[in-house]
Amino acid sequence: MINRHVLSVLVENHSGVLSRVAGLFSRRGYNIDSLTVGETEDTTVSRMTIVVRGDDYTLEQIKKQLHKLVDVIRVVTLDPEASVYRELVLVKVNADADSRAAISEIADIFRAKIIDVSAGTMTVEITGDESKVKAFIDLVKPYGIRELARTGITALQRGEREIKNLN
Amino acid sequence: MKLNGAEILLNCLLEHQVDTIFGFPGGAVLNIYDALTKYTDRITHYLTSHEQGAAHAADGYARSTGKVGVCLATSGPGATNLVTGIATAYMDSVPMVAITGNVPVSLLGKDSFQEVDITGITMPITKHNFIVKDVHELADTVRRAFRIAQEGRPGPVLIDIPKDVTGNVCDYESAEPLPIQPITKTITEEALEKAASLLRDSKRPFVYAGGGVINADASNELVDFAERVSAPVCCSLMGLGGFPGDHRLFTGMIGMHGAKTSNLAATQCDLFIGIGARFSDRVVSNVKRFAPAAEILHIDIDPAEINKNIQTHHHVIGDLKHVIERLNAKIDPMKRPSWIQQIETWKQQFPLYAGSTGLQPHAIVRRIHDLTNGEAIIATEVGQNQIWAAQGYQFTRPRTFISSGGLGTMGFGLGAAIGAQVGNPGRRVINIAGDGSFRMNCNELATAVEYRLPVIVVILNNHALGMVRQWQDLFYDSRFSQTTLGNSTNFAKLAEAYGALGLDIVKPEQVEPVLTQALAANRTVVINCEIDPDDKVFPIVPPGAAIEEVITE
Repeated sequence: MINRHVLSVLVENHSGVLSRVAGLFSRRGYNIDSLTVGETEDTTVSRMTIVVRGDDYTLEQIKKQLHKLVDVIRVVTLDPEASVYRELVLVKVNADADSRAAISEIADIFRAKIIDVSAGTMTVEITGDESKVKAFIDLVKPYGIRELARTGITALQRGEREIKNLN
Repeated sequence: MKLNGAEILLNCLLEHQVDTIFGFPGGAVLNIYDALTKYTDRITHYLTSHEQGAAHAADGYARSTGKVGVCLATSGPGATNLVTGIATAYMDSVPMVAITGNVPVSLLGKDSFQEVDITGITMPITKHNFIVKDVHELADTVRRAFRIAQEGRPGPVLIDIPKDVTGNVCDYESAEPLPIQPITKTITEEALEKAASLLRDSKRPFVYAGGGVINADASNELVDFAERVSAPVCCSLMGLGGFPGDHRLFTGMIGMHGAKTSNLAATQCDLFIGIGARFSDRVVSNVKRFAPAAEILHIDIDPAEINKNIQTHHHVIGDLKHVIERLNAKIDPMKRPSWIQQIETWKQQFPLYAGSTGLQPHAIVRRIHDLTNGEAIIATEVGQNQIWAAQGYQFTRPRTFISSGGLGTMGFGLGAAIGAQVGNPGRRVINIAGDGSFRMNCNELATAVEYRLPVIVVILNNHALGMVRQWQDLFYDSRFSQTTLGNSTNFAKLAEAYGALGLDIVKPEQVEPVLTQALAANRTVVINCEIDPDDKVFPIVPPGAAIEEVITE
């Protein structure tokens, strides 16, 4: 059964690592929904959050193959119940004098921020998990989405759980 | 001690007991070649005709000695010429360090003369690779490269060094490399106990040994294991020599061109034990119908191989020598007379190439075996020659069969034979070749002759790309598309032009005297041996079939 999985991966923070990971996914035919990467509390280490689609066989293979990369320190599949997921999305929608107030109201409800306004557009920044972002996009779609940019999911485990203490 | 990068590199090679490298100079490695002049008493550099030959030689050196093979090439085309050799080593888990020069750091990324992104190119075909942009990081990078190449499942590592880094000077302090520790912490008592109980419950266990057995130096332990549990043993192509070919429990190779006994045993066994092997498609064929009656026990050093190509019932991960040793300690000797009898019956019933004589390839390979007392190191090219060599020569010791299994690299054999001969000066090294493969990289004859290496090349010449031709014959209604090579090359004369001894075998009665002459010549020899283009490799499992459904003639 094909499922969506969120992997948190600690890697050495130096050049070439992203291309090693991306190359591994492409040559073995694994599908990436999104991949984010950035420095962690330890500047020599980066964390990648990779959202993949696959059955249990594929997930197991992805984890094992990632482990074989010399620059990969740790690979964890996040448990959705015990993790927080966030994504930041910028949406530029058509907004004239008539629709501006309505869009602004939707943004308020979602605690989204309006970060740019022009005569014909509004650009909204929304942060949240997947369902919140999707709900927001669905609501503003009728106004006409001009452009959309999303960061992909980044994630941490809740509470005392830390990637360092897990396998 | 202040040294330049090139000298640091060579000192680091010496730290790792490297006394032999294979390479080809060029602009970006001028500093390294200049430094080499000061190390000629400790490092011997073998100049090949082509960088690909250097990579295959380093590979053949590593496979035949168990040491790390080292090759060296310049930037750009020098580096890309290594690529096939590196990929070959990667697919067969060969420990190798490939060193390439690159343009100076300030010229990187500017499409400079002879610049390629070789770390980018070799990312998917190396265990790991490095570009060193600061001479201060050079020594530790080289040390890491040697560690990575050897640790766990071995593989090739590439180090790319821009020209200015080999010229810049910094402090160097020599360091003793830490011993490579076998991976044992993954071997759990629980996993071993379960494996032992599977063995105790089994009535018809069958062992499938791969190249991992040779890498782990676990042949003796494997023999003890097989005798103890009374299990017949087959080998993958890569595993040949890992279990003695003359042992009563040996059933031959398994898979697409496996002995029928091996393939029948796999189908009828109730416990299939893969040891240091990866269940490649050339072994398994139709995965849904493989070993249908068996539970599968997989013992390997690489966790990523477990459940990759086949679903296993149980596995043990770790250094094979340790795993098998500890397993042996748990098992009391078992007897399985009826199973062993069944194997024996099959062996009698299905011999390979029964009645093969004269200029038939199997008969020639058998002759080579007999005349060398089965003690030669046999390199091969790829195709029919490779399989005939694998089937016909009885390999009794590890590191004696040097063949490109995973990548199937035509043109591998001569370079590999050169490396094997350099690494084993007292041993007889023979490259069993086909005419198609030989002409891919026959330029390395110049290398063999120049260094007075008594390598013998036996070309099984069918004037065709025999394996592809065989497939066209069997599965494409004999439409021979681009697989006929013609008669225009006189290989014996070609050999003479290179300064080697060139001989011909065109009649059956010449086989023995010509082989004997070659073995006595003590120089590089090429024997052109005319065979029938319709001689085929058998058995063969047709694509998509189960492995016991072999075509035998």
